[in-house]
Amino acid sequence: MTDYGLSEEYQDLSDTVRDFADQVVAPVSQKHDEEHSFPYEVVQGMAELGLFGLPFPEEYGGMGGDYFALALALEQLGRVDQSVAITLEAGVSLGAMPVHRFGTDAQKEEWLPSLASGQALAGFGLTESEAGSDAGGTKTKAVLQDGQWIINGSKEFITNSGTDITRLVTVTAVTGTTERPDGTVKKEISTILVPTDTPGFRAEKAYNKVGWNASDTHPLSLKDVHVPEENLLGVRGRGYANFLSILDEGRIAIAALGTGAAQGCVDSAVRYAKERHAFGNMIGKYQAIQFKIARMQARAHTARLAYYDAAARMLAGKPFKSQAAIAKMVAGEAAMDNARDATQVFGGYGFINEFSVARHYRDSKILEIGEGTTEVQLMLIARELGL
Amino acid sequence: MKIVVLVKHVPDAQFDRHLSGPGNTVDRSESILSELDEYALEAALQLSEARGGEKGGNSVIALTMGPDGAANSIKKSLQIGAGEGYHLSDAALAGSDAAATSLALSAALNRIAQDGPIDLVIGGMASTDGETSLVPAQLAERLGWAYLGHAKSVDVDGDSVTVNREVDGHAEILQASLPAVVSVTDQINEPRYPNFKGIIAAKRKKTHPLSLSEVGLDASAVGTQGSLTVLDEAQERPARTQGTIITDEGDAGIKLVEFLAAEKLI
Repeated sequence: MTDYGLSEEYQDLSDTVRDFADQVVAPVSQKHDEEHSFPYEVVQGMAELGLFGLPFPEEYGGMGGDYFALALALEQLGRVDQSVAITLEAGVSLGAMPVHRFGTDAQKEEWLPSLASGQALAGFGLTESEAGSDAGGTKTKAVLQDGQWIINGSKEFITNSGTDITRLVTVTAVTGTTERPDGTVKKEISTILVPTDTPGFRAEKAYNKVGWNASDTHPLSLKDVHVPEENLLGVRGRGYANFLSILDEGRIAIAALGTGAAQGCVDSAVRYAKERHAFGNMIGKYQAIQFKIARMQARAHTARLAYYDAAARMLAGKPFKSQAAIAKMVAGEAAMDNARDATQVFGGYGFINEFSVARHYRDSKILEIGEGTTEVQLMLIARELGL
Repeated sequence: MKIVVLVKHVPDAQFDRHLSGPGNTVDRSESILSELDEYALEAALQLSEARGGEKGGNSVIALTMGPDGAANSIKKSLQIGAGEGYHLSDAALAGSDAAATSLALSAALNRIAQDGPIDLVIGGMASTDGETSLVPAQLAERLGWAYLGHAKSVDVDGDSVTVNREVDGHAEILQASLPAVVSVTDQINEPRYPNFKGIIAAKRKKTHPLSLSEVGLDASAVGTQGSLTVLDEAQERPARTQGTIITDEGDAGIKLVEFLAAEKLI
């Protein structure tokens, strides 16, 4: 039987990040949310804490930890500030991880030290207006000519792609076609490293989002972007398979973030239910509130168990696709449901932006959409059942 | 340079603090490394790092005195960056006042110095529980070293230590020969958090347990027996009662002013 108690070093890491989240992140969360500003000082603090290097080996400037360590950090950050958590999540699991997993030694040496130390950020340019989970719709093209890839196209919703410290975006692009045995033609998709100072690469104006206001998200345009042939990341034509595996892991990270958000809503609701009095009692004395919060706690707990299990399977080298999809779906829904219930517990104050539950309410919706919608998770789960 | 940092395991101020036990002393079940001692540790680490750290022949040692749980404060210090820890623990130490504590710590420092002379002892400006601020000064007296208290900067040059302290609107720059004892304020630096590498590395670092007999002290010299002051009685602050509520019946303004005047607030 698996014991989900944390080992001492995981617990200590989690406690440290919790303190950091409460002492360093929380005091500036509202300001960055209101101003839609990127929290550079918090990112610098996370860098000093080594969070950007958690799952990477020490030889590349990492902390020598693993993906579960990253997930624990994300849970603690997500509890307090989802924008900060997604900045770390995207920086590590979407930005740096593809280089670590699929890069050549030279690519790793060039990029990992600055990414793992948090001095630079990388984005993952996959989504397009007509391509996301269905990568077959990818329209961005890369043509190999005289030892250079010439890339043209555009990307949507790319996290961390336009900050002052963004140095790299990994883009997926159609690099040709392959003919299947049955005669049908399929797009060959590859991933290519594009340094952000390459002429023709542009991060367009940031989106005006419903939530995650302090997270950096842009559309990207690539016009005759020339990069050396050796910037191909991984094997040509394996881009699709590679990003699928990156997304499988990423779902565990997003599940951890969602678990944190769900827990943050519980913690806030419990505190408020003990403070606020109505009809002669603190409102936490009434079952209407008790049951709501008890249900919230059950959701947060379930989400945590789901991501712990998916992470444990991943670290043990077992298949975890279905478990990661379940964890991502359950945690995203827990965050959204808990945010809705927490704002209800807060009453009118839950609708005021300076309260963190209101921020969670706006922030949590994307957890049912990003890194594969809930519907895509259901597809994956059903597929694993042979349907 | 060999620096010893005094670290204390204190009740976490985030939680309600209670008195318990026969001596009616503070309940230490929810305790952490004293926040003010983190500044001392950071100051020590910065001095060490500026001189090349451990590779440059420098060492930062965390010393605590306290029951078993105090080992957690040593662990945290090691995670943050101290190289090794000493944990002085003995049932006879319970109830020690500042004088008895400084005696015990001076004995522990003499024991640590047997492995190589200590250049500097750094502590926080106060503990966040006892809040006497006496221990570093008494320690310096017992060791016969200079004491430079409430430093907002500390630097070492050759055999001398220089600190900057601000007192009542004026600033003082104090200098003394090493070895010396320094206490630092919360203005001196921004303490770092332990990172994951530090957390893992701390598992390989050594904490040396010390008993009273190992530091050459008799049980009667410390604890309640060896203390100059005795805690006679301690009471928890009474729970807050509900304040005065003024209902506006057209004269709330007058009532408010009357209340404030009666309380001599205006």
